[in-house]
Amino acid sequence: MIVESGHYALILACTLSLVQGIFPLYGALTGRGRLMRLSAPTAYGQFFFVSIAFGALMYAFIVSDFSVVNVAKNSHTLKPMLYKVSATWGNHEGSILLWALILALYGAAVAFFGRKLPKTLYVKVLSIQALIGLGFYLFLLLTSNPFERLYPFPMEGSGLNPLLQDPGLAFHPPLLYLGYVGLSVTFSFAVGALIEGRVDAAWARWVRPWTLLAWCFLTAGITLGSWWAYYELGWGGWWFWDPVENASFMPWLVATALLHSAIVVEKRDTLKAWTILLAIIAFSFSLLGTFIVRSGVLTSVHAFATDPERGVFILAFLFLVIGGSLLLFALRADKLQAGGLFAPISRESMLVINNLLLSVAAMVVMFGTLYPLLRDALTGDKITVGPPFFNLAFGFLMIPLLLVMGLGPSASWKRADLAGIVSRLGFVFATSLVAALAFFYMLGGGEIMAAVWLGLGLWLMAATFYEWADRVKLFKVNAMKRIRRQPRASVGMSFGHLGLAIAVLGMAGSSYWGTEQQKIMAYGDEINIGGYDVNFRDTNGIIGPNYTAVRGAFDIRKNGKIVATLEPEARLFSTPPMPTTEAAIYSTLMGDLFIVIGEANNKTYDQWAVRLYYKPLQTWLWGGVVVMVFGGFISLSDRRFRMGAAKKKIN
Amino acid sequence: MANTRAGKRKTKRFYLLLTSMTILLLAVGLVLTALQDSISLFLDPSDLAESNLSDGQRVRLGGLVVEESFFKDEDGLTYRFDITDGNETVKVIYKGSLPDLFREGQGVVVEGEINNSGPFFATEVLAKHDENYMPKEVIESLKKRGVFQYSDGEENI
Repeated sequence: MIVESGHYALILACTLSLVQGIFPLYGALTGRGRLMRLSAPTAYGQFFFVSIAFGALMYAFIVSDFSVVNVAKNSHTLKPMLYKVSATWGNHEGSILLWALILALYGAAVAFFGRKLPKTLYVKVLSIQALIGLGFYLFLLLTSNPFERLYPFPMEGSGLNPLLQDPGLAFHPPLLYLGYVGLSVTFSFAVGALIEGRVDAAWARWVRPWTLLAWCFLTAGITLGSWWAYYELGWGGWWFWDPVENASFMPWLVATALLHSAIVVEKRDTLKAWTILLAIIAFSFSLLGTFIVRSGVLTSVHAFATDPERGVFILAFLFLVIGGSLLLFALRADKLQAGGLFAPISRESMLVINNLLLSVAAMVVMFGTLYPLLRDALTGDKITVGPPFFNLAFGFLMIPLLLVMGLGPSASWKRADLAGIVSRLGFVFATSLVAALAFFYMLGGGEIMAAVWLGLGLWLMAATFYEWADRVKLFKVNAMKRIRRQPRASVGMSFGHLGLAIAVLGMAGSSYWGTEQQKIMAYGDEINIGGYDVNFRDTNGIIGPNYTAVRGAFDIRKNGKIVATLEPEARLFSTPPMPTTEAAIYSTLMGDLFIVIGEANNKTYDQWAVRLYYKPLQTWLWGGVVVMVFGGFISLSDRRFRMGAAKKKIN
Repeated sequence: MANTRAGKRKTKRFYLLLTSMTILLLAVGLVLTALQDSISLFLDPSDLAESNLSDGQRVRLGGLVVEESFFKDEDGLTYRFDITDGNETVKVIYKGSLPDLFREGQGVVVEGEINNSGPFFATEVLAKHDENYMPKEVIESLKKRGVFQYSDGEENI
């Protein structure tokens, strides 16, 4: 009964989105106020009903109602409660429903927080949001119904992939989707502005907080996934350039570019058409990303043959949204008057370089991700484009980006003084270069690229700090007062850039100086890695809720003193039958010691295959991202972004 | 006045265009260089038998691990197993650690270099980290060779 109510609520939400998408928009175009007033209530109503639908599906998972196909396929009674709940979105249908839920949530949020927006823009934004929603509801109802019943139904479900039974991955999709879908708001604002034919500083100020919010969630979501891959897959790697990862990384790159170009629109009233285009592309990448990950359709052209219905729907939907918005852009972009000129050396031109590099980088990643698909379609060859491609092509583009990133904030708007910047930051640059070389030798040398990345990380860190210190006049009287009075947006920028600097150092450390050993170890054997003495004590059998496991015990000594005991596990799940490894990690600021236990090497079970990794500065990568997201949220709390805050005169 | 302003705009447009073109060309150059060494072709054992690729070319080989073909060398870290697509079978030698999902009778994709004179030396056994247990390429290959068995759980392939 509850499941049917969910289904019914979903149909209601679908109908409401149709009403919200058409009537208020028509009202706004023809000046009918009564129709326009439908916008907000339908947005709230839609969110209400899709919440009921989502709740109903979650309920079916919690009580393990196996008469629902989706539950029978993806759940099991013995699964811990957390994973019954997270199984709701751990499958194709449920994840699309989660998408629709978050879309409606953002729609309701815009309806609520955007009340002070100009009425016609408000209505248009909400209508576009509703039309995107309509597409998702139809996709769910017509091709991927999460509430489909099964008869006769099984007594037990077939379980969720054990690799996904992990707290990190339980929360990875919701966070990522909050990011993906957040970009829909920016998209709706962009399309709304195109219909209005007007983009100004105020528009940029309304759009930025939504972009920033989406960016924060996207950053956190991607990193959570990467962190999961790091500790759960047991390979000591954190990024594989897998299509699934690239799918989330491309919108991130474009969203980052958008975040910066919107500042130029706000401050200098220029780059308008470009910003609108970025908003459209960012959301297009989110849609593409969702479908690459969830349906598998885009990873193989042959998938259309096995499920033509979904494939055709997805293609048509993508075509409509992306093609439609680009067409509108082509028709209306010239209506957006270009603003002032800008000098080659100025903050805005640095931001333009940032935008060029980020969007080209996104194109490179897209090429690498879709090229195998293209080649398959054209020649029938099945190929993969490996990490070396991305590391070289993408990595190289990041070098100028990080260089400019250090300079940009120190350059003033309109016309900056190059000689001044160079004389001030030259010293910072030289210092970070020397520091990088010193660290490079301390860490034992290695590839020259390692020193380059180390140098770039340190440069960005120092330049960011220098710019902040300069801004608050750190060494003059009353510095504390000025520190406190800094606008939140610029404090957030400093944290954001600092976070990336820390993360770059972490990436360099763990990629270039990581070491690894694979050994057959007997009880009592000792191995030295990363300055630690690792002693294999013994193993124990463990029985978990839905698995059995072997747990190893390793004593970790540093300078003869025990600092930790690591207990990696090799688990064997029962439904579905599948082994997983649970790595044990000892993290310090200097690096991670990472141990994985494999299988027994002999019949007496006292020799085991063991893998050990030492990843210097690994924690810096995760910590850096935390600082970045923190910066994003600080910036978000800036007064300027509050809807309806008094319009400041733009200089 | 209007003229110089327009002229200025033009020079600035030109700078912008120049910068964008430089970055784009740089990117295209990078893409082409980087692509050279990082493409690997996917083959199944039948493809491999028919292919006339030369030694040393990087490829991915996929198929089912033959039941009871798997064994470990003395050192405990070198593995030998056979990969089949139902028609042809290839012997594979791999030194390293195996992913959790590796089992006899299951699909697998390994990466390595073509070795026309003997077994296939894999440098990597790929771990797929999504909920489809069977690598997509392997399913397609098995369907093509007519040995794919459909089961109830077939979805999202």
